[in-house]
Amino acid sequence: MTEQSTARFINVGERTNVTGSARFKKLIMADDYTAAVEVARQQVENGAQIIDVNMDEGLLDAEAAMTTFLKLIAAEPDIARVPVMVDSSKWDVIEAGLKCVSGKPIVNSISMKEGEEAFLEQARKCMAYGAAVVVMAFDTEGQADTKERKVEICKRAYDLLVGIGFPPEDIIFDANVFAVATGIEEHDRYGLDFIEAVREIKAQCPHAKTSGGLSNLSFSFRGNETVRRAMHSVFLYHAIPAGLDMAIVNAGQLDVYDTIDPVLRDACEDVILMRPVEGEDTATERLIALAESFKGKSKEDEKQEAEWRGWEVTRRLEHALVKGIDAHVVSDTEEARAALAASGGRPIEVIEGPLMDGMNVVGDLFGSGKMFLPQVVKSARVMKKAVAHLIPYIEEEKALLGGEDAKAKGTIIMATVKGDVHDIGKNIVGVVLQCNGYEVVDMGVMVPWQDILKTANDNNADMIGLSGLITPSLDEMVTVAEEMQRAEMTMPLLIGGATTSKVHTALKIDTNYDGPVIHVLDASRAVGVASKLLSDTQRDPFVGEVADEYTHVRDARAGKAEKQLMSIEEARANYYDAYLSDKPAPPAKPGVHVFDDWSLEDLREFIDWTPFFRAWELHGTYPKILDDEVVGESARSLKADADAMLDKIISEKWLTARGVAGFWPCARDGDDITVHRVRREEHVRLPMLRQQIKKSRDRANMCLADFIDPDGDWIGGFAVGIHGIEEHSARFQEDKDDYSDILLKALADRFAEAFAEALHQHTRKDLWGYAPGEQLTNQAMIKEEYRGIRPAPGYPACPDHSLKPILFELLEAEANVGLSLTESFAMWPTAAVSGFYFGHPESQYFGVAKIGRDQLEDYATRRGVDLATAERWLRPNL
Amino acid sequence: MSVAATPRERLQAAAKERVLIFDGAFGTQIQERKLTEEDYAGDLGLNADQKGNNDILALTQPDVISDITRAYLDAGSDVISTNTFSANRISQADYAAEDQVAAINIASGKIARELATEYEAKDGRPRFIAGAIGPTNKTLSLSPDVEDPGFREIDFDELTAVYKEQAAALVEGGVDFILIETVFDTLNAKAGVMAVKQLETELGREVPVMISMTLTDLSGRNLSGHTVEAFWYAVRHANPVTIGLNCSFGADQLRPHVQVLSGIADTLLMAYPNAGLPNELGEYDEMPDTTAGLVKEWVDKGQVNILGGCCGSSPAHIEAMAKAVAGIDPRGVPSPEPAMRLSGLEAFTVST
Repeated sequence: MTEQSTARFINVGERTNVTGSARFKKLIMADDYTAAVEVARQQVENGAQIIDVNMDEGLLDAEAAMTTFLKLIAAEPDIARVPVMVDSSKWDVIEAGLKCVSGKPIVNSISMKEGEEAFLEQARKCMAYGAAVVVMAFDTEGQADTKERKVEICKRAYDLLVGIGFPPEDIIFDANVFAVATGIEEHDRYGLDFIEAVREIKAQCPHAKTSGGLSNLSFSFRGNETVRRAMHSVFLYHAIPAGLDMAIVNAGQLDVYDTIDPVLRDACEDVILMRPVEGEDTATERLIALAESFKGKSKEDEKQEAEWRGWEVTRRLEHALVKGIDAHVVSDTEEARAALAASGGRPIEVIEGPLMDGMNVVGDLFGSGKMFLPQVVKSARVMKKAVAHLIPYIEEEKALLGGEDAKAKGTIIMATVKGDVHDIGKNIVGVVLQCNGYEVVDMGVMVPWQDILKTANDNNADMIGLSGLITPSLDEMVTVAEEMQRAEMTMPLLIGGATTSKVHTALKIDTNYDGPVIHVLDASRAVGVASKLLSDTQRDPFVGEVADEYTHVRDARAGKAEKQLMSIEEARANYYDAYLSDKPAPPAKPGVHVFDDWSLEDLREFIDWTPFFRAWELHGTYPKILDDEVVGESARSLKADADAMLDKIISEKWLTARGVAGFWPCARDGDDITVHRVRREEHVRLPMLRQQIKKSRDRANMCLADFIDPDGDWIGGFAVGIHGIEEHSARFQEDKDDYSDILLKALADRFAEAFAEALHQHTRKDLWGYAPGEQLTNQAMIKEEYRGIRPAPGYPACPDHSLKPILFELLEAEANVGLSLTESFAMWPTAAVSGFYFGHPESQYFGVAKIGRDQLEDYATRRGVDLATAERWLRPNL
Repeated sequence: MSVAATPRERLQAAAKERVLIFDGAFGTQIQERKLTEEDYAGDLGLNADQKGNNDILALTQPDVISDITRAYLDAGSDVISTNTFSANRISQADYAAEDQVAAINIASGKIARELATEYEAKDGRPRFIAGAIGPTNKTLSLSPDVEDPGFREIDFDELTAVYKEQAAALVEGGVDFILIETVFDTLNAKAGVMAVKQLETELGREVPVMISMTLTDLSGRNLSGHTVEAFWYAVRHANPVTIGLNCSFGADQLRPHVQVLSGIADTLLMAYPNAGLPNELGEYDEMPDTTAGLVKEWVDKGQVNILGGCCGSSPAHIEAMAKAVAGIDPRGVPSPEPAMRLSGLEAFTVST
């Protein structure tokens, strides 16, 4: 496929089809509609213009599944904005679906399989429901296989439909794509017959459209994705000009026609177009033989590895960028520069020419979902190294000629706000923007608003991007917006980071700044947003659209009935009544225990990989993600890089895991837990928050204090951190290697989580010792199939970050293990975890969620702070 | 006027000549008469209070309804509606008057038919009757329970049956068109269309529909979230004799959306906004000349074929409109290129 042909060609999303997506099928079978709805959302976000919904699975009540799913997506404006294709082989399922679709959908499909009368009956119903329709080339004699049958059946169906007043523009013909290269001679014509039939149908049936399901075509090559993708791309390349209007296809699985290996491409074309071939073998035999060499890719990669080094230099640079290979980039860049210099060119032309061309290819591939984040970051590494090599030459030239800098597309200020130290996401966004030709001024972490505004003005920036991970950062972002308003700035403000959301942005940030405020969901959106904001033609419509959307969000929010809260007294009366006789025995080893250097080798076994992949925007559960049909390749390559770095981290002792755990006698006092520090003869009060949302009859309004016995009990606390990344991070940055830098930070985060898990296990089995014989696999541990919990301040069960200083004081964390806190209670070093230990067997995680004014006031008194401070700390829960 | 012409053809012919005038609100006119519970209840012997059940007046106070309709005809209405916005089984359940649904609609149709005939005979100008069907207070696209977004209070087949009962009675009472109005949920409107299609099959003749959407926010979407364009594509299969917008806000705020619809709808366009926005007391106080001035702008730009009023409008408003637009050319109906025009909440056209 080339860019032009896709512009008017419609990809119908096929991920919400149980026959097309194993994952979607599994979710529906498991009744997990929440996750299934997310599949639809992602599909629309990834650019599906229509979504196909199919529930034809023997073990499912397809009618119920279809209606349930359609009703659920109707409630999601992000999904419901696109038309639906109601897809089933059973008319009853289609009709049930049509009763739930409010816009104008497409029915997929009807045919003359049961004769003309039944066909027209269904067509009349489609008209009454107001649906366009896919008509399969099928009649009582069976599915049309030859060109003549395809055209004859479609023309007959067309005449019948137009005869009953069916609008011809609402008819889509599916002329059946069948498998080719099966070894059976009659099948050889199937591809060509389809393409020729499409051309003829379009000529004979004015205004009608054509469609096809691609996956059948390459059925003989199951298991050989390279060949299948190539066949699909080649097929579309020829079918679209013949008049194919749409296809049900996974857009991420199409190769760009021009980038397919020419030998493979020719072989596919020989088969699909039935081109005469020289020699004794048929086209099919040749493709089958060739396909062998594309199986298990590695052999091919090796071959290509050797081959691409022989290419011409600009092509080598492009290849290195697209594939993210940095091994030869400096020498290749030098070669390109020297060649240009010899012919009177300037060093900047290497950037403006081959390097930018290469990055544009990367940007396009990423933008169209054909390349994933880890690969893009690797590409950026190659780019940065090449640019770093050229800079001295450019400077030299500038000194001589007083020339100008390369013109960036725009300048973007990026910062993690004051009080927050998390920067993985921000760095990824920065890299992606740089790859796409934007100048990024990265101000790092903990940046106060004064510096952000000043830097933006000094650099004459086009926009500011703020990032943050912890909830207090949300407030800080509001402050930045207010200050920008006060300074009468107008440049767009971009908001991103794990705790940020469209709702918060619309409600709290957008309302404080008159300039455009845009929540950027993830790194893959950043470029689209930036380019729209800098476009003369797209800026105003885009800004208007977002503003409307936020108004919508605010209106929806204002209109929404607040969840009903009960008074704090009522909530307390409905407390969780734990069976206190089951409380754990006193710890085997009370007091505070310090671990100066926990074995990294040991922690490696505790790593939960799923969040690691999520940090790279690869979604799926480990280890299944490695075999995922879309992101699997990317995930495998990332995991290999991570393992290689882990080996080094451990063998070269890059990092140190330092942690502390402590256990103290305590008692419940109302919603507080009073902790007794025996040696100091003092009591420390830990006020906890209680759920106030009205519960259905037998559910309690939980509070962590409920798991503690008023008549005396025990509680624990811990804090762990990973030290030593700075030195290596600086080394990577020096080396223009963002990829390794981000990888290291992500791994340090995983180590911190693994340490928290390992220390908790050590606590259960040994330090506290209430579960000495516990035997759990890593999977079971990730699923928290153990007794006791370790809730962290700032997370749902204990949402007040400001309890961290108390916990740190109890553990003497700073002195014992070198962990400190920022003014927003973020931990430093960044890769750190802290929390409390509860040992009661009934203790469990929950979310406090919304609390009332009454509890807020009461909490402020219990915490000994003024109301305004408590309000600031607990804002997300108010 | 040819005797054989159908109501659709007659309306289209009249609309070619000039901008036609629809009627205004019933509610505010009835309120002014300060009727008592006894007035409402009459001798129907129903088990619940009837005060506020405006539709039942067709049975208990037919003169009130016919006086109001007469006032609109005197003000210049070419198309009058029946006072049957809530005369369906769902809404009448609030008054324990479900059994009266057929009777109310038949009686309402007859009142309108009698007056239309009288006025046609008087001045020879054709008059048309739109049998009004409201949206009911149930919605097919939204869940009333925020905790359970997949839940629906009613399903498509039930609502279709409710609409069909009302439409059949209106047709029996003598209306020319079924007016599916104040559509806040697009799927409800599609059920209404299905009901009329079923009725047509039973009667063996065409029952033309008029469809009118209402917007719930200024960006131009209805409650189910459809843009004006998406809505039009979702109901175009009904082949409505008019498409349009009513209620929503005042004419001022409705302007951009009328403009959008006017450019894409290949049928007559009917718009009947509220008399401005309600004041702090919930009353409409936009003066007739103001409303007339605002809607005249649409006519000047060739954007409408039929004009009327919704909440807060009175015969005075209608009269002012009729005077303001007299003699100005009506909108010409566009004929867009055939193309597959689909919609979710937003429109999606498959280019050719």
